[in-house]
Amino acid sequence: MEYVGKLFMILLSTLLVNNFVLSRFLGICPFLGVSKKVSTALGMGAAVTFVMALASLITYIVQYAILETLGLGYLQTIAFILVIAALVQFVEMVIQKTSPTLYQALGVYLPLITTNCAVLGVAIINIQEKYDLLQTLINGTGAALGFTLALVLMAGIRERLELSDIPEPLKGFPITLITAGLMSVAFLGFQGLIK
Amino acid sequence: MKLLKIIKNGIITENPTFRLVLGMCPTLAVTTAAANGIGMGLATAFVLVFSNLVVALIKDFVPKQVRIPAYIVVAATFVTVVDMIMEAYVPVLYESLGLFIPLIVVNCIILGRAEAFASKNTPLAAVADGLGMGLGFTLSLTLLGIIRELLGAGTVFGVQVMPQSFNPAVIMILPPGAFITLGLLLGLLNKLTAKTE
Repeated sequence: MEYVGKLFMILLSTLLVNNFVLSRFLGICPFLGVSKKVSTALGMGAAVTFVMALASLITYIVQYAILETLGLGYLQTIAFILVIAALVQFVEMVIQKTSPTLYQALGVYLPLITTNCAVLGVAIINIQEKYDLLQTLINGTGAALGFTLALVLMAGIRERLELSDIPEPLKGFPITLITAGLMSVAFLGFQGLIK
Repeated sequence: MKLLKIIKNGIITENPTFRLVLGMCPTLAVTTAAANGIGMGLATAFVLVFSNLVVALIKDFVPKQVRIPAYIVVAATFVTVVDMIMEAYVPVLYESLGLFIPLIVVNCIILGRAEAFASKNTPLAAVADGLGMGLGFTLSLTLLGIIRELLGAGTVFGVQVMPQSFNPAVIMILPPGAFITLGLLLGLLNKLTAKTE
């Protein structure tokens, strides 16, 4: 039971308290780039969730089955980024073959994910926190869902910002960043949720 | 002369943070203090110079289809070098930058410059571009770090500047402060450049 409790803590922590985008600053580029419309934000979120859960799993195996056993720990960065790049390419091909509809929906976002620092970030955090396989999976999925949450919320706000009267110099990136700042203040409120 | 122009281009005309708005993750995450900003900037500049150099050297041998993975491996190699050097010589800074050192490899500036500049120019020009972009990145990170440290802790580079009566606004060194400071700075720059044009 204690173990299940810990899993729940990890999920809650990575989803809300240490939200990847708003408090850890991982995945800011897609957060600013693809948050103009709610529908595209959802598509990107789905693609990232899929890749991050899978990447967490595979990098875990690579770290403990290959790098640690061979004493190649220092190759972690190179190995992980290669695994993620290959994985993204592979996922793209599989989806293209098996589900053309899904491919049409996610297609454009998939190549962007390789350079999404949230994916490499979560893989490294999993190893640093010494999570076991199940915890790794939960952490990866939770982080991706947290990313999606922030992205979709932001897209909803930006759709409305389009219509509002914003001072000329603040249009575009500046107002988006300030909005993100205010959202981040709101997410600070989750801080007391877990100890 | 041309090389100087390339360097100036990176620092001012196409400043990666304020003009191209690239590499946002480390920019926002590590600028809680001025010293962290400099450290992160220089580490990125190091990787940028060497990855640009190598990419410019190998550009004729790498097949077009696999160039992106090749560039990533080149960048990852230098990131590993920086990671090890920093862990050995500046452990305190290494500790405070933490996760963001291995994450230099996915900094869009590195891959962006490899693809947009180094793969089309001579090695010498590529090094100049790496140097310019790296210094531009360092300068903007340091500037952000100074502002946030001054308002959030009343110090600059760890030295007390504000009078004792100053009540630090802790929010500035918390995550929201990063977003808001950068947003306002970008807005200010937009206003200033709009006037000169």
